[in-house]
Amino acid sequence: MMLKKKKREGAEINGSSMADIAFLLLIFFLVTTTINVDTGIGMVLPPPLDPEQEPPPIRERNLMKILVNSQGLVLMDEEPVPITEVRDKLIEFISNPENDEELAISPDAAIVSLKTQRETPYSIYIDMLDEVMGAYKDLRDAASRSNYGVPYDALADDSPQQDQIRDMYPKKISIAEPDS
Amino acid sequence: MANFKKKQAGSKQEVPTSAMPDVVFMLLFFFMVTTVLREVTLKVKLDLTQASNIEKIEQKRLVSYIYMGPERLPGNQIGEDKVQIDDAIVEDLGAIRNLMYDKLIEEPRLIVSLRVDQNSEFGLLTDVQKELQQAGTFRINYSTKREAD
Repeated sequence: MMLKKKKREGAEINGSSMADIAFLLLIFFLVTTTINVDTGIGMVLPPPLDPEQEPPPIRERNLMKILVNSQGLVLMDEEPVPITEVRDKLIEFISNPENDEELAISPDAAIVSLKTQRETPYSIYIDMLDEVMGAYKDLRDAASRSNYGVPYDALADDSPQQDQIRDMYPKKISIAEPDS
Repeated sequence: MANFKKKQAGSKQEVPTSAMPDVVFMLLFFFMVTTVLREVTLKVKLDLTQASNIEKIEQKRLVSYIYMGPERLPGNQIGEDKVQIDDAIVEDLGAIRNLMYDKLIEEPRLIVSLRVDQNSEFGLLTDVQKELQQAGTFRINYSTKREAD
């Protein structure tokens, strides 16, 4: 007589489809993940102006007034300038290699004021801001190359070297309110 | 003699797996179709401008978006320039101050990314910026695409 219980066959989950599931998940995350990082021009707005407080005095020679109208025509310190020359003019103004009486005393005193009209399309405004940012980038790169032999972007974030270059050429950009 | 041994099933029992790839692909297509990649529905038309001297925002958690552009109307029509925050169009610009202030309380290192259509006028932008100054959200970013050299 055979009273002995029959040995059960070991239950097994079929694992051959595991690879398929893994691939499915992989493809799913590949599709849903957004890789593109947000890019743009970073700015810091000034705190709101107290109406009773007088704005701090600025010496005329340290201020570069850039006016842009809605057609994209540029005036720099009352002189019409084609947009392609804005960057070179700004670099000359900020660095002032020949110690011109009309240009900024020192790079860290230079202030760039950008003013435009309410009707100006956003793209023209950004093009102009891009030129100003480009001028500062060129100056910082040049300073970083001569001091440390590498471009400004290659310096480690918040390193003393980067701080030094940033203090040499601080971005002092003022966005003026349009009149009309 | 009687045989007490239980009869075993003649064939091995197995779940057929040949249809598994089909099921898997069906699921894949289902998710591909239903997944929404964008978190907000844009109610304004947005065509970003280009710039070359741009920086990346690494910490996406800190970013809050403000969209500006011509409103999308039903029937492929385009209306006036409007401001959109999160999922709604903000009609009263004075409300931006409180909206952004609340966001700043939640995240003190907030960066406001302004995504503005390239044909929008500067006037609207300056009004929004004035509100941002009042709210105390000073770190902003003009969102642009990278210009092809």
